[in-house]
Amino acid sequence: MTYALEIKDLKKVYKGGVKALRGIDLTVEDGDFYALLGPNGAGKSTTIGVVTSLVNKTSGKVKVFDYDIDTDLTRAKQQIGLVPQEFNFNPFETVQQIVVNQAGYYGVPRKEAMKRSEKYLKQSDLWEKRDVRARMLSGGMKRRLMIARALMHEPRLLILDEPTAGVDIELRREMWDFLRELNKSGTTIILTTHYLEEAEMLCRNIGIIRAGELIEDTSMKSLLSKLMFETFILDLDTSGKVPEITGYPSEMVDESTLHVEVERNQGINDVFEQLSQQGIKVLSMRNKSNRLEELFLKITEENEHVEEANV
Amino acid sequence: MFNLYFTALKSLAVKETNRYLRIWVQTLVPPVITTSLYFIIFGNLIGGRIGQMEGFSYMEFIVPGLIMMSVITSSYSNVSSSFFSQKFQKNIEELLIAPVPTHVIMWGFVVGGLGRSILVGTLVTTISLFFVPLQAYSWVMIIVTLLMTSILFSLAGLLNGIFAQSFDDVSIVPTFVLQPLTYLGGVFYSISMLPPFWRAVSRVNPIVYMISGFRYGFLGIIDVPILLSMGILVVFIVVLYAIDWYLIETGRGLRS
Repeated sequence: MTYALEIKDLKKVYKGGVKALRGIDLTVEDGDFYALLGPNGAGKSTTIGVVTSLVNKTSGKVKVFDYDIDTDLTRAKQQIGLVPQEFNFNPFETVQQIVVNQAGYYGVPRKEAMKRSEKYLKQSDLWEKRDVRARMLSGGMKRRLMIARALMHEPRLLILDEPTAGVDIELRREMWDFLRELNKSGTTIILTTHYLEEAEMLCRNIGIIRAGELIEDTSMKSLLSKLMFETFILDLDTSGKVPEITGYPSEMVDESTLHVEVERNQGINDVFEQLSQQGIKVLSMRNKSNRLEELFLKITEENEHVEEANV
Repeated sequence: MFNLYFTALKSLAVKETNRYLRIWVQTLVPPVITTSLYFIIFGNLIGGRIGQMEGFSYMEFIVPGLIMMSVITSSYSNVSSSFFSQKFQKNIEELLIAPVPTHVIMWGFVVGGLGRSILVGTLVTTISLFFVPLQAYSWVMIIVTLLMTSILFSLAGLLNGIFAQSFDDVSIVPTFVLQPLTYLGGVFYSISMLPPFWRAVSRVNPIVYMISGFRYGFLGIIDVPILLSMGILVVFIVVLYAIDWYLIETGRGLRS
């Protein structure tokens, strides 16, 4: 099995004694689309910082495609493309200068870098803006520029730290499609995000970090199977009737909207039948909240209680 | 690996060169105006009354020092402000995550400082031709001193950029250290004119050796022996290079 990333017992203690990472063990397979989630300050960015050598680790081992960052840092770095959380390009350089320079730092000759800049700027819908200074771009364009820049040396592992923060819904969907295609073409992707729906839509495997520890490392499917119930929102045509649902906790939140909690083993067909028998039509239906969000809150809360109990 | 490092160095050098050319009004024009004023006021107006200095007109005497002054300021400021700006805007991370060794990062910035200072030196020399004819006693000494001084002050600027926490930190050293040392380094006078005590004090100032070497290249006169001038330059370059390398390699102010 080839691993894109192998982290063993990774610890980071910042000056002042803050323990950001308390011994993380994590493996990401080659070709995976992996979500790294956790609340603010959990240690996600520190983990990414160590892998990309922006943060000096205190102890532990990190290997990128089998290249140890302690002994083969140059080759390890060649495999990685990073899209950081904050905009970190020179705002006074043009879009094309930024991506071409970055390719140069990875040894891509200028002629080849110019070719690639056309490819990746077109993919990111920024080709028309290639001669525009980066500070003149909109927030969404700046995000896309960061992704295009990270792809210029065609890395095998792409790490995206909150790539869609501040990006509108339409653009976010476009970026998802782009990332899916990239992953399909063989690039391993590690994603941190606050949009849990994003992780659920894109990623096959997931790790949850909390207080510097990896508290969950599993497949998305198996994580979601832990969810015991879901809340559905039904838009109804009641024709003045008040729906009565037995066997399911439910609540009418306004004249035509019903919230129903359904356990995994129950199924929702029975709810439809009850409503139909009462002459109430279901016009549409959706999840109350993202399934992963419910799980995430549950897992992090549970972990918090365990810690409190241990104190 | 050599190809990778060479391409990376070229990219960084191009980026640095584009930077100072893009803001030429800030980087190239001021030293030209300042030294032109020095030529007019000290050389032309006051210099005429001072008379000869070691067998040359005062204007001829101060030209090498004024060129060297603009070279020192340009190389230092270029690297300190560029490095600090990249730290401030966080685009230094582009380099830190890339497979670029510390030596390449350092030389990329030094090439930027070198390019700007040579360009400024050339412009100032061209301006000086309006006042005095060009004379060169030793082109080799002119070029060697120019390159070594520029490398030395680029490395010093890099050190400033590494430690700087704010834009004030970048301007403090040139204003309160570099400028006084340059003025007291024999730009406008020969240190042989000073009383023995101040002559001894002046010899602690490294800029004395650079101006002396550079003036030797133009006029063939020296304040301190040439070998000593070159030796001092080499020692400073080696020491500054080692300090800069250590600080960047260990991530001082760059990695947490």
